[in-house]
Amino acid sequence: MKRFIPLIVLALLAVLPFLGLSSYVMHLFILVVMWSVSGMAWNLLGGYCGQVSFGHAAFFGLGAYCAGLVSFHLGLSPWWGFLVSVPFVAVTALIMGLIVLRLRGPYFVLATLALGEIMRITAENLTTLTQGNLGIMIQRTWVEKTAYYYIILALAALTFAAIKVLAESRWGYYFVAIREDQDAAESLGINTTLYKTIALAVSAVFTGFSGAFYMNYMGYIDPQVVFSLGDISILTIMVVMVGGVATYWGPIVGAVIMVLLAEVIRSLPYIGTAYQTLFGVLLIVIIIYLPNGLVGDREKLARLFGKKGAAA
Amino acid sequence: MWVQLEVFLQTLIAGILLGGLYALIGIGMTLILGVMKIINLTHGQLMMVAMYIAFWLFSLFHIDPYVSLLIAPPLLFLLGMFLQKALINPVLRVESILPHNQVILTVGIGMVLQNLATIFFTSDYRSTPVDYATDAWYLSDFWHNAPFELSLSYPWSVSFLLSVLITTALWFFLTKTDTGKSIRATAQDRDAAMLMGVNVGFMRVITFGLGAALVGAAGCLFIPIYYLFPALGSQFTLIAFVITILGGLGSTMGAILGGLILGVFESMTATYVGMGWAPVGRFAIFVAALVFLPGGVASLLKRKAVSK
Repeated sequence: MKRFIPLIVLALLAVLPFLGLSSYVMHLFILVVMWSVSGMAWNLLGGYCGQVSFGHAAFFGLGAYCAGLVSFHLGLSPWWGFLVSVPFVAVTALIMGLIVLRLRGPYFVLATLALGEIMRITAENLTTLTQGNLGIMIQRTWVEKTAYYYIILALAALTFAAIKVLAESRWGYYFVAIREDQDAAESLGINTTLYKTIALAVSAVFTGFSGAFYMNYMGYIDPQVVFSLGDISILTIMVVMVGGVATYWGPIVGAVIMVLLAEVIRSLPYIGTAYQTLFGVLLIVIIIYLPNGLVGDREKLARLFGKKGAAA
Repeated sequence: MWVQLEVFLQTLIAGILLGGLYALIGIGMTLILGVMKIINLTHGQLMMVAMYIAFWLFSLFHIDPYVSLLIAPPLLFLLGMFLQKALINPVLRVESILPHNQVILTVGIGMVLQNLATIFFTSDYRSTPVDYATDAWYLSDFWHNAPFELSLSYPWSVSFLLSVLITTALWFFLTKTDTGKSIRATAQDRDAAMLMGVNVGFMRVITFGLGAALVGAAGCLFIPIYYLFPALGSQFTLIAFVITILGGLGSTMGAILGGLILGVFESMTATYVGMGWAPVGRFAIFVAALVFLPGGVASLLKRKAVSK
């Protein structure tokens, strides 16, 4: 039975558009699914392989710009951005990997953070290519949300399956071995640099897809938005931290919570501007009390709330 | 020819003055990193808080920013101690899958500080319009027939000198006093320090407070010559860790040199490449340091000492 849960969830999500939900609710669902793609991608590198990246906005933004520029400069449909983004994002990830993957712990965190920022500043300054802070505006393909919803849902299903297959393969065990003790993994004959690079590249490509979808869906991007440290890199980490590190469902649960929180809080009068404070407080509380996230620490939660928590 | 030399020297002066202030930011970061082994990604936000304290003291009570050096850093010291005791210490004890929880925690603290500043003080750009802001010493005042003109801004120089003074005082504190020695012992080897009777937990709290106070002092020195807005914190957090990596993690001397190098480098990129690219130069030098000189400038100093 447990094996079919992903399929059941997918089927339930697939019939959602037939319920005649309002366009705003569909928008929320699209955002949730998009963030869970980003979260799942980050989770592969951060959760399973233990390499906490603060620079995933670099890949998100690159994916978005691939889609945008294909349409803006070449006049192609922005959907080609998905295909175009793969080589660009993968090569960027490999170059980045060359630099940052030989670093450990705090060095790695800082290096990824810096590379994400370099990408943003480069995009801001290469005005001939990217229009700088003016941003890029494209014609959206559909006004209706349903098509976008199915595309991102398919993408999410693909990401989920890919990460599940990868995490349960030999490679997945290598990733976890690297996370738990890199020196021990190395001494067992695991080529740690190679496997960290694989994790980074796969994680980057899926994040790039998420970015390319963002461009297609939103129709407008600028460097401050898609390369943002706070709104992309850190929000991705929060999605995974809140949901559960190194779990299949963690990023999805995290995305639901973060998107709903963001929308609910931002729509409240007065408190709306304080949403980052509440995010920060949530992050602090999660790290202190549920360091492995809602899914990862669900036994702890169940103990707290009695049987009610166990059922949820 | 003279014009080019003039531009170069003026850029160099600006870079060194900026570097002196950067050094102060870097030292606070490197102290915390050395003793606690965590990256404080809320360092710049603490500086922002100090700058707001100085700003409000100036606009409400007309207290000169340099005088608020006596007020803001002690407040920041208390804030730093509180953050360490109430939030960071509990996380150090929690078992979790990811080892970087403390870093993510400091990011969360930074978010809260920045957002609170935006709510309470709005995101307007602010500055303290001190009446000596544009005063400067000119080379031609001292040397009448000088073939070129150089200027030395009055507030920049005062800030620089005060920064040097604070650094010297810190050096005395760390090398001559018992508390200072205990902090250095904790940084070198926590377990050994504990066995020697050093209260390691207390030293951590003190160090975080001290780091916050130092960056708070840097904020007071920056406000007369810079402008202030809530998002400024993240920019200075980035600067602080670039300096730390450049100097070598946990090395005070390295942080000073790293600050100076970064200051001069940034001012050179701004003059010769373009204003917008200065941050890229900052990160390029950072990545280069990570790849080619992972121990930072401190490792070069050490190598020299060994070969002697």
